[in-house]
Amino acid sequence: MTRLAGLRDLLRLAWRRDRVIVPSSVAGLVLLSVGSAQATLALFPDDDSAVAGLADIVANPALVAMYGPISAADADALAVFKTVMMGAVLTAVLALVVLRRHTRTEEEEGRLELVGAGVVGRWAPLAAGVLVATSAVLLASGLSALGLLGLGMDPAGSLAFGVAWATAGLAQVGVTALAVQLASTTRGAGGLAFGALGAAYLLRAAADSVDGGVVHALGWLSPLGWAGRVEPYGRDRTWVLALGLGALVLGVAAALVVLDRRDLGGGVLPTRTGRARAGRALSGPLGLVSRLATGTLLGWVVGLAAGGVVLGSLLGAVGDLSSSPQMQRFLEALGGSAGTLEEVYLATESRFVAVAIAAGGIALVLRLGAAERLGLGEAVLATPTSRTRWYAAHVALAVGATTLFTLVVGGAVALVGPRASEDAPGAGAVLGAFLATLPAVWLLVAAAALLVGARPRFAPLAWAVLLVGFVVGELGPTMDLPGWLVDLSPFAHLGQLPGGEFAALAAAVMTVLAAGLVGGGGVAYARRDLA
Amino acid sequence: MTDAITIRGLRKTFGRTVALDGLDLTVREGEVHGFLGPNGAGKSTTIRALLGLLRVDAGTARVLGRDPWREATALHRDLAYVPGDVVLWPTLSGGETIDLLGRLRGGVDEERRRRLVARFELDETKKGKAYSKGNRQKVALVAALASRVPLLVLDEPTAGLDPLMEQVFQDELAALRAEGRTTLLSSHILSEVERACDRVSIVRAGVVVESGSLEHLRRLTRTRVQATVEDTPTRAEAAGWPGVADVALQDGRLSCTVDAEHLGGLVAELARRRVAGLTCQPPSLEELFLARYEGGSPVPAQARA
Repeated sequence: MTRLAGLRDLLRLAWRRDRVIVPSSVAGLVLLSVGSAQATLALFPDDDSAVAGLADIVANPALVAMYGPISAADADALAVFKTVMMGAVLTAVLALVVLRRHTRTEEEEGRLELVGAGVVGRWAPLAAGVLVATSAVLLASGLSALGLLGLGMDPAGSLAFGVAWATAGLAQVGVTALAVQLASTTRGAGGLAFGALGAAYLLRAAADSVDGGVVHALGWLSPLGWAGRVEPYGRDRTWVLALGLGALVLGVAAALVVLDRRDLGGGVLPTRTGRARAGRALSGPLGLVSRLATGTLLGWVVGLAAGGVVLGSLLGAVGDLSSSPQMQRFLEALGGSAGTLEEVYLATESRFVAVAIAAGGIALVLRLGAAERLGLGEAVLATPTSRTRWYAAHVALAVGATTLFTLVVGGAVALVGPRASEDAPGAGAVLGAFLATLPAVWLLVAAAALLVGARPRFAPLAWAVLLVGFVVGELGPTMDLPGWLVDLSPFAHLGQLPGGEFAALAAAVMTVLAAGLVGGGGVAYARRDLA
Repeated sequence: MTDAITIRGLRKTFGRTVALDGLDLTVREGEVHGFLGPNGAGKSTTIRALLGLLRVDAGTARVLGRDPWREATALHRDLAYVPGDVVLWPTLSGGETIDLLGRLRGGVDEERRRRLVARFELDETKKGKAYSKGNRQKVALVAALASRVPLLVLDEPTAGLDPLMEQVFQDELAALRAEGRTTLLSSHILSEVERACDRVSIVRAGVVVESGSLEHLRRLTRTRVQATVEDTPTRAEAAGWPGVADVALQDGRLSCTVDAEHLGGLVAELARRRVAGLTCQPPSLEELFLARYEGGSPVPAQARA
């Protein structure tokens, strides 16, 4: 197998480079599955009271669309109700990121050329990436299954839980393997692979929203649909793993076929030429960063508009649910607010969306660090553009984009929601609930700006801040974390909208704090050496 | 004549690594100044300090009369820079990049831009990611050479260019010089430096070890002399002549080196001994630079390893 020559050395290199990102991500995922299961089990100590509330949840199409159907009416199933789907998506993202960074990124940045000129077979780099990504997936799902077993949960169900995550992760390895061969840039490959994952999620959500029929059957076309239909602690369909393995093998095989037919550095999708002269908008630092982000912004706006329409129309399905005390308690833990079911639903969804939008804003701010690393910042800063303006351009783009995103998704929900349900809050209240999350989003973006401005080496910590803020703020109440810890998360201070009071003071404090962090990052950025 | 760049005692350390160790450099207004040195000598660090991208630990730098760290923005209005390793925005076309950099700098000379694009045979519609190294270099060069600034800072600008394009670059550089603009040209290509530069500075281990015109540098290095004389001296005799070294005698042919100061004396001595054949080789540029890169140094050879 000369095409796999050098695989062992490449694997060693990959493990060396991933020794932080993979173990910490795996640990985070295991914490997610085991931690939230433990907290949920503690919330419902006796099976009977849990079961009483369960029927209602299962009947709620909004939650089903979000997380997939619950697999059984017992405490174990309830304990993993949210994490099966959420974790399947995150495992798939982990697989995508790991595989992409060892393949297309290496190739695009020219390092593969250096390696490939040695005694390295043509298939070896892809094979190494696939093996590392597969290991990461199996570690996350295997350790989660063991952890759940350790909590004393049903063994067969725990195994099935691991199978659900592994199925989604392995399938994504296959999809990504092909994507990194088809597109010739890291960003293009990411677009294809994330696009496939998003499509899989939407298809699954649509299929799970209906009982039976053709649409429901379509869910079997989505790798995330497979993960949901394992139904851990219910039917325990562990054979579904074969589907994930099949997708992995098919994807890798197709990738190898493409790989054998293309040039190093090339792809299959053509690269387009551009215009010979710059348009009027492409001048000044803000014009530049906006132009560079145009495709990303467009993708987000379209995705959020579509997502907003879906979220809004689901309001109609959030019917008048039982108001049993258990149900109320569960909903309060989920959404952190008590009100009509529509209000709780909107409060929950607006926060989830805010986390996603904050992620988008952080990615935009971190482009400042990427530009510095690549030497593109130097090109701009050798012109009369001051460091402060260059920094401010990135922050302004991120703040503007997150505001636009929130307006788009909030607007879409506000347009569709009130028509879908008579009991839904008015359009103004809905839009207000989404806009009220902005101070928390800005605060997270500002933390990223401070990191990248002062210490770009630690800029990836911005993701950890987001993750911790999300887990602590959104899941903290379910997980029974101490109050002071929950209070550290920006998401814990959003007030209870719609229906409740707007937390004006908290919003003002967070906005001022965000401005302070941005200012601090700017001062540090103007004073330090540039890489 | 005033100086465009004045650097005195510049020091910069990165952790335990000393990148610049008291570097002095003077670039006069209107000249093309060659900046030479082996890899890792501190050329790029010096340039980045001149641009105000790095904050130096000690020493002073004045560029066009300004402090590059504190007045970076104002300074950048008057200079154009081509980095050693040109990176382009992958999604912007070459033409867009040239226009963008020109606008950030405050405008380009449209006429010159057109001419440069034509002469460099640059396809402006390709995206940044699609360009080869040489073509990326051309994009950055067009953007810099077409700008209306008094000072150009070029860090190994021809590294990826073919000989024809190098010729174009030389012509354009000469044209800029004729207009009275100043250029700091870091390079490894000696023939390029020889043709383009008025003066050169050689940097090694963070210090400028030699600075001056090429003529001046040549005089610092020994000339190789080969002569056939009727009245052959002994080896010891020849070695005793002032300024002479590396003496070898074979079949009545004398071979030695002599420093510039004593070349006249040596030729007179050879004439007295009835010279029949004489060749004098001035030091080649390669010898000149190798001598400065390696030997005759304030730092012993083993300390650099």
